[in-house]
Amino acid sequence: MKILIVDDFSTMRRIIKNLLRELGFNNTMEADDGSTALPMLKNGGFDFLVTDWNMPNMEGIDLLRAVRADPALKNLPVLMVTAEAKRDQIVEAAQAGVNGYIVKPFTAETLKEKIDKIFERIDG
Amino acid sequence: MDSDEDNLNFQLHLAQQLVGYLEAGLVDDAATVIRQLRVPYERELFEELGKLTRDLHETLNSFRGDSRLAELTQDDIPDAKERLNYVVTMTEQATHRTLNALDEAMPIAESLQARAHGLTGTWQRFRQRELTVSEFRNMATEMDTFFIASSEETERLRTLMSEVMMAQDFQDLTGQIIRRVIRLVHEVEENLVGLIRLSSARMDSSKGVAKATGKTPHEELPTSHGPIVPNTHDATGDVVSGQDDVDALLSSLGF
Repeated sequence: MKILIVDDFSTMRRIIKNLLRELGFNNTMEADDGSTALPMLKNGGFDFLVTDWNMPNMEGIDLLRAVRADPALKNLPVLMVTAEAKRDQIVEAAQAGVNGYIVKPFTAETLKEKIDKIFERIDG
Repeated sequence: MDSDEDNLNFQLHLAQQLVGYLEAGLVDDAATVIRQLRVPYERELFEELGKLTRDLHETLNSFRGDSRLAELTQDDIPDAKERLNYVVTMTEQATHRTLNALDEAMPIAESLQARAHGLTGTWQRFRQRELTVSEFRNMATEMDTFFIASSEETERLRTLMSEVMMAQDFQDLTGQIIRRVIRLVHEVEENLVGLIRLSSARMDSSKGVAKATGKTPHEELPTSHGPIVPNTHDATGDVVSGQDDVDALLSSLGF
């Protein structure tokens, strides 16, 4: 399974990459915002997207919308990992078609639980 | 016209008086005349100064009317101080979290190293056939204990290293907060520059009065806010308190 990690902070990308590796996902790539991530996704091959919301140029919510609007990507599972904690925003992400939403700071257990849940639903 | 001519005659009269007093060495009388000569010019100066003061006052008022400056000073700057304090607290916590994990991990690593070193010595003596039977028995027991303990202790070390890693998430969270404060400082700067530009335009009456917009040219506003900081306007909004809250909200939406 190939996973794209999108966050403008390289420290957070490293943390998520390490956590995913502990969960057995070794094939990850990184992008620092939506505008870098979208062409990578369009090139194909990704099975899962983990994205932040607050990023320069193209925010995570716009990346999510672009993914859902692309016929080739519209079924890609998307997990949002963000510090954005307003209820309106969570509703907005849900309406835009997010598959999971984690607020920072988060724990390794939360990440595992949400990823399991997403794939359970997809497989089921 | 008449009054101008009168003024001129009066000034000429005073000037002649002044020359007379000076030639006669009457210093005090000369000083009185000099003061009289100065009066009309001083009045003009004060009038000009008064006009400038009024202009400045009006400029400030009109600027205050529709600018962000008042809002910035009343709300955003105290908020920014609170944000920076929060950054200090968060970095302090992250550092303690890291150091606590290290405080626990270091003795474990040291003890593993010491025991492995001790066993290596005994093992070498065993290889050189220098051990007695009872020494060999002791070594075997020690090795049993060591294998079990080292497996448990290295697992504990792994957990502590994970803890150190997770503690580094402060850099992302505080980074977002600091970037928000930087945006605010930039906005204050732009407003102050606007204020100065506006004031200088008003003072320079020949160029006319610049229109006071008092607005900074906004880029497209981001939809994101960054982490919620306690004791700021963030916390007064409708925000979730943690992952459980998020899960409850999503499940109410049918997730």
